[in-house]
Amino acid sequence: MDLSYGADYKAFRDAVRRFVKTHRHKAPKGDGPRSPKVLDWQKLLIENGYAARTIPRAYGGFGAKPDILLSRIIAEEFAAAQVSQGIGGQGIAMLVPTLLEVGTEAQKQQFIRPTIYGEMVWCQGYSEPNAGSDLASLRTSAVLDGDEWVVNGHKIWTSTAHLADWIFCLVRTEPEAPKHQGISFLLFRMDSPGIDVRPLVDMTGIANFNEVFFADVRVPKQQIVGARGEGWKVANAILGHERDALGDPNLTLSRLNALTKLMQTETIDGRRVLDHPVYRDRLMKIQARVMAMRFNDMRVLSARINGQDAGLARLIVKLQGTELRHELEQLGIDAMGELGLAYGKNPHLRDHGNWQSHYMFYLGLIIGGGTSQIQKNIIGERGLGLPREPKPQTPLKR
Amino acid sequence: MDFGLSEEQSLFQDSLDAYLGDRVGLERVRRIAAGKEDPQALRRELVEFGLSGLLIAERHGGVGLAPMDAAVAAECLGHHVTPAPFLGSSVVAPLALTLAGGQTERLQQLAAGELTIGLAFAEAVGARADAGLVAKGGKLSGKSLYVLDYGAEEYLAADAERRLYLVAAAAVAHQPLATVDRTRTVGELVFQETPATLLSEDPDCLHTLIDTAWVMLAADTLGAAQNMLDQAVAYAKEREQFNRPIGSFQAVKHLCAEMAAQLEPCRALVWYAAHALSAAPDEAHLVACHAKAHLAEVGAFVARTATEVHGGMGFTDLLGLHYWFKRIGFNRQALGTPELVREEAARAQNLAA
Repeated sequence: MDLSYGADYKAFRDAVRRFVKTHRHKAPKGDGPRSPKVLDWQKLLIENGYAARTIPRAYGGFGAKPDILLSRIIAEEFAAAQVSQGIGGQGIAMLVPTLLEVGTEAQKQQFIRPTIYGEMVWCQGYSEPNAGSDLASLRTSAVLDGDEWVVNGHKIWTSTAHLADWIFCLVRTEPEAPKHQGISFLLFRMDSPGIDVRPLVDMTGIANFNEVFFADVRVPKQQIVGARGEGWKVANAILGHERDALGDPNLTLSRLNALTKLMQTETIDGRRVLDHPVYRDRLMKIQARVMAMRFNDMRVLSARINGQDAGLARLIVKLQGTELRHELEQLGIDAMGELGLAYGKNPHLRDHGNWQSHYMFYLGLIIGGGTSQIQKNIIGERGLGLPREPKPQTPLKR
Repeated sequence: MDFGLSEEQSLFQDSLDAYLGDRVGLERVRRIAAGKEDPQALRRELVEFGLSGLLIAERHGGVGLAPMDAAVAAECLGHHVTPAPFLGSSVVAPLALTLAGGQTERLQQLAAGELTIGLAFAEAVGARADAGLVAKGGKLSGKSLYVLDYGAEEYLAADAERRLYLVAAAAVAHQPLATVDRTRTVGELVFQETPATLLSEDPDCLHTLIDTAWVMLAADTLGAAQNMLDQAVAYAKEREQFNRPIGSFQAVKHLCAEMAAQLEPCRALVWYAAHALSAAPDEAHLVACHAKAHLAEVGAFVARTATEVHGGMGFTDLLGLHYWFKRIGFNRQALGTPELVREEAARAQNLAA
């Protein structure tokens, strides 16, 4: 067991800390995409190597060698100071790594720089009403007509589609091929004629998701990533990143601290909630699980650094991380009793109502990004080697 | 940075696992559990392997390893439901005697496997009715229930002031107690102005011993639970119903996945807790609390669920799965139930009075 980051890393951490302290007043707080504050902050982060750190300079990044520990230190320090780590979203998190992996030189030149600087906002067109857990059965089609793909179909759960400039989209281009081999990965503008975006209000009351309808949307032929029919492989090259990000134990730890504080301030009959033994016991139960997930995260990180696959320790993160977070938020609500119901305009609101909104939001994450049930299939089959369910005797109709 | 077992620890784990694999089959567990074989032979085999001197300095005849290595051993012993004493003579007593100082001879005897020491301080975590020891003029009176590693030649005992003593088994009245877990020996000691050697007046000494014991019990549960999960998965792959392996049904597959999902983070928690005992003393107590309590919870879940995956066979004596089930149950109750230990975790952070 060697848990030290080493002397070089300590110097780096000190530098990050100094940067955060000096510049934190410039950091955006809840400003919308493309606002000057967000764009300026992103530029400052990239120039200093705290965002787009390993993206090559040729594409506008900082161009550092990949070093998992350095990236971790940056994330830890910004999170600890509660300062924005720059622009997130699916363009930066998912499309850019995909393009770096399989994009053409022209695509890298065209898309990476504006994306990492926040000037080009993306949405992800994967799920469809009839292609959820069984994503590979998606039916949105693209047919080549001269030099253009003609796209028709219907996507759902498309986060930020109403804000996006572009979409990266899975479409079926080879209808006769087996389902995983008939998919291609296209990029196109969201202001193309024939696109209709309809907001989908979720249970938190926010319309972050959308349904997106395509009617004869024309896309230049070269805006395909990877070869025709290889879209499933292209998309899967980076799906693991999303799953890892959904159960971040460091975020959970900061919520645990907020929960402890809440239970020290809220009272029942003049007595702190924390002083009620049953509530306190629930807090301690949650704390143990948060602790276990943090050490599990260190184990996964250490395996990555040493070029090993952490196996089950990695496969369980999305399932355990999101379930744990949902339960943590629930204890926050329970600690407030009736006050825990406050939502929206209510003078008794605590912490801007975020206990209720996170409680619901994390139920969304239990379902999204591969449901808990799909996660259990993955753990059972890939992690434990249990047999897959036999295929039905007669193929079900598409 | 390297979070996990070192290369030496992995080798140690593999060789102990193989050693136990050769010697502690289910048949021998059954014989010892039924009182048809004296567990002393197995104890001596563990001494031969070197487990008795694990934590004892080389100058006293031991190998001078760290608590993390002992946790690796505890996990292996739990994995094989090893019916032999370990916690008292190999872990807690060496630590107690080293902390107390001036106990060279006993440490040498422990390392050589010539002395066995049991643990009579369950009351320091939570005393049940009629139990507990008081000291007067250096002599102990009262009762210690649920003594661990019963049958030893000496016992570590604690009084109400949390002072730590060593007493000879011959100086107290004692009787064995039957429990559900026949892979461990438990008994009751009755003190009547019994002379005892004071080892430490500092309550922190006792607390360190309890933390260490908690981590070892957690590691034992980790090993036992992992084995139950492995057995459940193997059974689910092999057992067929409706013309398919039952593990291909999601109802069964998801039970296995849920066990793995809960158990896997426990491994990191136990490793860290064991590491902290010697390397991060400021964190050691809290992490030890959580390791003990959390492994008790996850252990109970895995013990129950793995049994269920085996269907009716899981409930029988034939399969022997119940030895692991009961071992995990023992580790949960011994030296503090999860509720008591979590309350201590809260106190340790000033979150409880």
